[in-house]
Amino acid sequence: MLEGLMIGLQTAINPFNLGMVVFGCIIGTFIGMLPGLGPMSIIAIMIPIAITLGDPTAALILLAGVYYGAIFGGSTSSILLNAPGVAGTVATSFDGYPMARKGQAGKALTIAAVSSFMGGTIGAVLLMVFAPMLSSVALLFHSAEYFALMVVGLSAIAAFAGTGQVGKAVMMTLLGLMMATVGEGALAAMPRFTAGILDLQSGFSFITLAMAMFALPEAMFLVMNPARSAQGGSDEDKSGTINNMRFSRAEGRAIAPVIGRQSVQGFFIGVLPGAGATIASFLGYAVERNLATKEEQAEFGKGSIKGLAAPETANNAACTGSFVPLLTLGIPGSGTTAILLGALLALNVTPGPRLMVDEPQVFWAVIISMYIGNLVLLVLNLPLIPYIAKVLSIPRNYLIPFILFFTLMGAYIGQNNSTELLILVGFGVIATILRFADYPLAPLLIGFILGTMLEDNFSRSMQLYQGLGFILERPMTLGLLVLAAFLVVLPTYRAARARNRAKGVADGD
Amino acid sequence: MKFTRRVMMTAAAAMVAFSGAAQADGHQVLDELHFLIPGGAGGGWDGTARGTGEALTEAGLVGSASYENMSGGGGGVAIAHMIENADSMGNTMMVNSTPIVIRSLTGVFPQSFRDLTLVAGTIGDYAALVVQSDSPITSMEDLLTTYRADATSFAIGGGSVPGGMDHLVAAMAMQAAGEDPTGFNYIPYDAGGAAMAGLLSGEIQALSTGFSEAVALAEQGEVRILGVTAPDRIAGSDAPTMMEQGVDVEFVNWRGFFAAPGLDEETVGNMRAAIAAMYETEEWEAVRARNGWVNIHNPGDEFEAFLENQEQVIGDLMRTLGFL
Repeated sequence: MLEGLMIGLQTAINPFNLGMVVFGCIIGTFIGMLPGLGPMSIIAIMIPIAITLGDPTAALILLAGVYYGAIFGGSTSSILLNAPGVAGTVATSFDGYPMARKGQAGKALTIAAVSSFMGGTIGAVLLMVFAPMLSSVALLFHSAEYFALMVVGLSAIAAFAGTGQVGKAVMMTLLGLMMATVGEGALAAMPRFTAGILDLQSGFSFITLAMAMFALPEAMFLVMNPARSAQGGSDEDKSGTINNMRFSRAEGRAIAPVIGRQSVQGFFIGVLPGAGATIASFLGYAVERNLATKEEQAEFGKGSIKGLAAPETANNAACTGSFVPLLTLGIPGSGTTAILLGALLALNVTPGPRLMVDEPQVFWAVIISMYIGNLVLLVLNLPLIPYIAKVLSIPRNYLIPFILFFTLMGAYIGQNNSTELLILVGFGVIATILRFADYPLAPLLIGFILGTMLEDNFSRSMQLYQGLGFILERPMTLGLLVLAAFLVVLPTYRAARARNRAKGVADGD
Repeated sequence: MKFTRRVMMTAAAAMVAFSGAAQADGHQVLDELHFLIPGGAGGGWDGTARGTGEALTEAGLVGSASYENMSGGGGGVAIAHMIENADSMGNTMMVNSTPIVIRSLTGVFPQSFRDLTLVAGTIGDYAALVVQSDSPITSMEDLLTTYRADATSFAIGGGSVPGGMDHLVAAMAMQAAGEDPTGFNYIPYDAGGAAMAGLLSGEIQALSTGFSEAVALAEQGEVRILGVTAPDRIAGSDAPTMMEQGVDVEFVNWRGFFAAPGLDEETVGNMRAAIAAMYETEEWEAVRARNGWVNIHNPGDEFEAFLENQEQVIGDLMRTLGFL
């Protein structure tokens, strides 16, 4: 392994390849900030450029840089504008955006940058040490376990089921799950609930719904709430003022264990070809919320630093983990890695068990470039954060049109289909009304994102086991489902008990 | 700062190549060509259109190429767009593949290839049935024996919906071997990669997939190809065909190009000429090799006969399977 490391280091450190990492990171970060252009489309755009380089190592290093940059760039728009461009950064906006509203945009971006860096770096160490052994881990999960894993991921909604909100959160989740059934499912060539509209054939697109549920209502709120649009803002809205870029030592200590746990957990979820960064971020969020103390738990969803660090660490670690099935088995676990696989094959590199033996310089150079890519991103972005965060101090009459343009473009750009804009505006109005009625919108989006995968894996298991037998026959499935029940029931029970006790005291009981 | 300049120059050169603004050198057939891609960036259709455009422009057969992704409705949105705006589509070619036949049969969209002008089929990929490399099944005969012994615990997976391409190929093989094509348990996955992971994890016993997807993993010793749907063994591969094992199945997943209905003969002729000339160029050979495509050229009338035959075969099978 040391020998391999040396080979990789030599390859990656040469000035041209270093230049490729920096170039890739910059391109990725800036394009990644635009919603609608996730890592997948940016990599697809960059592939012809990478292939002209001719050298597979340089090409892969460039693409890895673009990939990391795009993931990182995606969290910026989640934090600043509540506009998650890819599903993997939805959980980032849960606490990142509230922090920005409290005037902590700079701190939130710093925490995101540091968590991403740590997640990516620890992930790369795990990849380096364990990659050959992990190929069997990647094949451990069957559809039944993936189904159970999605159920665990769904438990992240508990964070939005605070006092008196349980019913509302459940309703929103169910609505999200229902919306995921629109269109032609992966398991039957039959359009469902499309009302004969051709544009709904492939279902609602993630980016349109994310913009409609998160970014658009925020912009509408800013327009409609005069207190907020007044100069200087009200007490609750200090997003224009950007103070404290850095987090304190105490805060650093608080998020350190979160980063440690989520790096490992996120990495292993990323290794599974049927899971990935999105599931990792929701699971990370749910798990860390349950591990937090009661006071910290109340902060989740309202600007908790732990709630921000958890998904940011987990999604980066998972992206690194997703290289395990790609490099050691030749199996792409996500759309992005499928495109990377195509690029590798185009460069005459066949990923699989023999890659490490046949072309060690490619394998090791990719891993080394992950370290370098993560480091470059951190170095590149930390000094830029004050400038990026200043976006929020733009006067509202300029900022709001900018956000609206941003969201409309995000919904349109992916599909080049103007119907997306109608869907966006329609759901944007509904979402704004729901927000006024104090319904949490995050559970809807979580339900929508997980719904398709939940349904696919569930019906596949049903078909393989000719019924529900898989729940009892597969111990790991049962274990995960019990864990999910535990994650949902325990906090609700604790909250109810706390409420009863408080009432008891008030009543003088 | 030598390397930064090199980076910039490489990037600039690549951008030029990417936008397809390469200069024509004498034998240019068309000034410009616009590719309509019915799916998103990065998919199979996208790669085919951009690869073809790249080869055509770099070889100087076409002056410049532009691309437009229009996803939705399983390709139906782009087809409808092409028909509605036929008058302004003089230099537009739409990429498509076998699913246009399947989806118009199932009525996903009301149009069929007959509503468009057929330019040419350009490339293709054969299908294959594969198992894990340590599976006791080593031939189609083994597969059928195992299936006959215990049909309920034998599942064949694929990366398409029931009634989709991977399912149809597996059903064709079963039917040709004298089995009930509706009898086996077909497990659908939403993508080829997920289906392959399902096979390697032992969830399914066999997988119906594209030959090009399977061959890379077969070379790595992860899977064994039981049978390919090609008429003869594919050059450079020792994978057996279905035919040589007595399973009479031939199937190709083609990709090709269509133009707007009612397009004048001259333009269509030029499009066909550009594509026909493309096969001789080294630029195309580079693109083809890079993507692992197989040249299957079906110009004009041959393309129509080919599509009609495929529609017949697939239609019959889907009626047997109860999808129509």
